[in-house]
Amino acid sequence: MLGDSAGPSGQAGSAGQAGSLGPAGSFGEVVARRHAAGALVVQPRMGFADPIRMRAGLVATRSARASTVGTITLDSYTRVGDQASVLAALHAGAHLNGYPIVGHSVDTTRAMVRGVLGPDFPIQVRHGSADPRRIVAAVLAAELDATEGGPVSYCLPYGRMPLARAIDCWARCCEQLAEARRLGREPHLETFGGCMMGQLCPPSLLVAISVLEGLFFVQHGLRSISFSYAQQTNADQDEEAVAALRRLVAELLPDVQSHIVIYSYMGVYPRTPQGALLLLEESARLAARTGAARLIVKTAAEAYRIPTIAENVLALESAAAAAAASTDATATDAAPDEQHRRRPGQPADTGIHAQARSLVEAVLEASDDIGRALRTAFARGYLDVPYCLHPDNAGRARGFVDPAGRLQWERLGSLPIRHAVEPVRSAPITAAGLLDALSFVQHRFDHRTPSDRARKPPGEPERARS
Amino acid sequence: MEIDQPLRVFRGHPLDIVVSSMSSDAHTWNLVYLQLLLEEQGHRVTNLGACVPDRDLVAHCRAALPDLIVLSSVNGHGAQDGLRAIRALRRCAELAAIPVVIGGKLDTAGGHGTTTADRLLAAGFEAVFAEDSAIGAFRSFVATLPRRAVKLVGA
Repeated sequence: MLGDSAGPSGQAGSAGQAGSLGPAGSFGEVVARRHAAGALVVQPRMGFADPIRMRAGLVATRSARASTVGTITLDSYTRVGDQASVLAALHAGAHLNGYPIVGHSVDTTRAMVRGVLGPDFPIQVRHGSADPRRIVAAVLAAELDATEGGPVSYCLPYGRMPLARAIDCWARCCEQLAEARRLGREPHLETFGGCMMGQLCPPSLLVAISVLEGLFFVQHGLRSISFSYAQQTNADQDEEAVAALRRLVAELLPDVQSHIVIYSYMGVYPRTPQGALLLLEESARLAARTGAARLIVKTAAEAYRIPTIAENVLALESAAAAAAASTDATATDAAPDEQHRRRPGQPADTGIHAQARSLVEAVLEASDDIGRALRTAFARGYLDVPYCLHPDNAGRARGFVDPAGRLQWERLGSLPIRHAVEPVRSAPITAAGLLDALSFVQHRFDHRTPSDRARKPPGEPERARS
Repeated sequence: MEIDQPLRVFRGHPLDIVVSSMSSDAHTWNLVYLQLLLEEQGHRVTNLGACVPDRDLVAHCRAALPDLIVLSSVNGHGAQDGLRAIRALRRCAELAAIPVVIGGKLDTAGGHGTTTADRLLAAGFEAVFAEDSAIGAFRSFVATLPRRAVKLVGA
């Protein structure tokens, strides 16, 4: 892990840090410092059931040749609150797909992070839970205070819990986290709203939900927030979307400590190691070009299985190197002190900001209480997530990937953006058509060669298939 | 989710099919795909979505008495969750004769171990579809299913 002064591709952390028992740095503060120093923070999705292996993963993350923060990803039984299955699996030695922070004792988790967690190495707990009250309690008890999710983004795509209940649970969790501010800590919460469904959600809706969840967090007491956006199918469109997100955050949440976090593509991933690397590098360049402060990486192995520690480290280092190269390449004309502060230029405006702003405004008009406003918005179809099976989602809006690889609206349902977008009526989706759309990025990157990296400007559209 | 009407091509007897994830699996694209695939064959699909607890799965199936129950999982817990789900379904007398199949990425190893499939079959699944290429086998399986006589009479 890097000190503040080190460059984006940095050096391995010193062994001396291993004995550090100092207080954890505030997650938001550490990311802001690194960003100001020109380093993109890269972060894995790593999670292991065994505390010894989990600790080894954190140590390896910290030692990676990149500016990193730690991740503890929880298992999916903990995510749905199924403690019986967690304990049964731990007892039987069965595999879990993450760290069971509620199943392990507070002492176990504290010992697991002791000496790794430190003033310059904060750790975020990632979970995916619509009702994370016990998780948040376990996080705070272990002296961690950074986590992520949201009342919409961790409810609608992932289960059947009524949205109203998830909103109440998340309000309480925000308040639990905000309580820690009284102890001098600055808890950090990241919205997952910019990653809804992982793929095939048009960017304006991702931006709107990310902003709305951030507003919800702030209404419930948090002051350090990050706003997510997941890489989609077209780099130019993604760049416009991140600019729209940044602009809306500045307009609506000017007084909050915040940063933007990009997720490497979350949909069907390239099957070839080369394709996976090219896609990861493209996400790192997106983060660098848009001035994002943090990137959640994905490994080549995730298309098949849970990645190893070494595979995670490789992804972190590859992403950091790609971001650094992109920053260097685009900053050659800038003054030295501007080098790492480059803000996005002016990506073509295809209306993402206008659509996202209309969505956010329509929701906020429903109630001063943002939780209530979100419930009303989904009930009326003012927010409607394509292909989301949740009973509280209207399911009348739909997107598709156009021939240039841009996500477009096919149907708007009741989304209040008819003035800002002309939906394209494409042929009804078939199972085969859905697979094509879901694997558009996979095919595009699996069929690229390494030399395309140099030849092809980022974002140039190309067809996945003939 | 609304599925486009014109795609419902009638090919033989339509089946009533329940498509569902299991308790810990939040993935849904696999479920959306299966719904489209089955509806294109003319079948009627109820999609229960992500993270369906065993009790909800059983309760829905008892109420609906479908012709086929399709469980799909890709989060690596499918073998464990599937064993629990099939025991819960098989404990229910009304559901004893209804075929239940499972498919997806069923363990965290990424292998295609026959032991996992064998355990699932022994526990009461009618078939296990655990590889990418299994979708053809799944379609063939569905095509061979008769619509249950009891439903024809009772309909």
